Amino acid sequence: MIRAIAAMIWRDVRQSYASGGTWLPVIFYLSAATLFPFAVGPDRELLLRTGGGILWIAALLATLLPLDRLIQPDLENGVYDQLIVRGFSDELIAAARLVSHWLSFGPPLLFAAFLASGLMGLEGEALVTLLASLAIATPALAGLAVMIAALTAGLKGAGALGGLLLVPLAIPLLIFGAGSLSAQGGSALLFLAAISLLLVAITPFAAGAALSAVRE
Amino acid sequence: MTEALSCVRGGRILFRGLHFALAPGQAGLLTGPNGVGKSSLLRLLAGLLQPSAGSFSTPETKALCDDRLALDEHLPLEQALRFWARLDGKGTADIAAAMARSGLDHLAEVPVRYFSTGQRQRARLARTYLANARLWLLDEPANGLDTDSVEQLGRALQRHLGDGGIILAASHIPLPIAFDSNLRLEPLEELEACL
Repeated sequence: MIRAIAAMIWRDVRQSYASGGTWLPVIFYLSAATLFPFAVGPDRELLLRTGGGILWIAALLATLLPLDRLIQPDLENGVYDQLIVRGFSDELIAAARLVSHWLSFGPPLLFAAFLASGLMGLEGEALVTLLASLAIATPALAGLAVMIAALTAGLKGAGALGGLLLVPLAIPLLIFGAGSLSAQGGSALLFLAAISLLLVAITPFAAGAALSAVRE
Repeated sequence: MTEALSCVRGGRILFRGLHFALAPGQAGLLTGPNGVGKSSLLRLLAGLLQPSAGSFSTPETKALCDDRLALDEHLPLEQALRFWARLDGKGTADIAAAMARSGLDHLAEVPVRYFSTGQRQRARLARTYLANARLWLLDEPANGLDTDSVEQLGRALQRHLGDGGIILAASHIPLPIAFDSNLRLEPLEELEACL
């Protein structure tokens, strides 16, 4: 069983890194961070004050990019059907997808955030807080992406719908994530962790229900 | 194997009161016009759909071969099959055997996306052979196959029956094995008109 789950995760991760799909959010993230100083000018004070928030919004938008590749191709190709025939549950499939998506989304995004924070002039404690908040939030962002991809799989215009669904659901993450960058941000990080845990915990069930509904 | 099985799809009753059984080593042929519910019955037995009434029992291990490939298109055939082999606890030798039985051993290194219609069908069959399941649920297994490949499919089916396996196949193309029972699904409206 464990070996089978590992094989499922390994297949997704390898596919994601081999197809280059992993680097798309990273490149998007870096371009957003590069554009921002051009737009507001090279005022160091302003960049320091707003840079963290901008990097947070860019992380949310980067979450949207891989949505259409998360569930749809395997669903269409019958991979999930074959897994169900072998006795794996929808929840287990969704949980494996969450882990594999985070592995190909979280670490590269953190790396990109590290590079981009240099462009914003963030350093020292602010940089550490930003990276910590993103590290806490990326599992939740991956979970949201898997849930939304499963819900919209097979629909026309799934990409646009996915964007509409993600924005309201990601607001709590943004509030506490960006909030943790301010001076009294300690408790915000804890709230962020709580929300992240909640989203990760419900993802297998919500996405699994969506996968089983789409079969009927 | 099934008891008074009924299935509703899209608000329409496809079949009801279906009753049949297959013993180990037996093969059943599923026939009927398009849209009558043959694929739905196979998916239902595979555990992908819920029956609206009735019950059924199947062996624990089963394999479904429908029109979907479920292999990674960009990978060479052998590596694409390896994923399923790993899940089913099979090794390299089993993959080679399954490819040989479906006549694909010379294409092991070719990415699946270059396969022709018939070769894709043979790849689906190879995935089914590899699964080591007792019950094979085959949906039009001979679609797109040339005469030699149909013969080859017949030999693989015969061997599965010889090993005590069970086969339920829906096929419009005559398959070169002796079926023990023929299950014909009729459109319900017409059936009721006759009564």
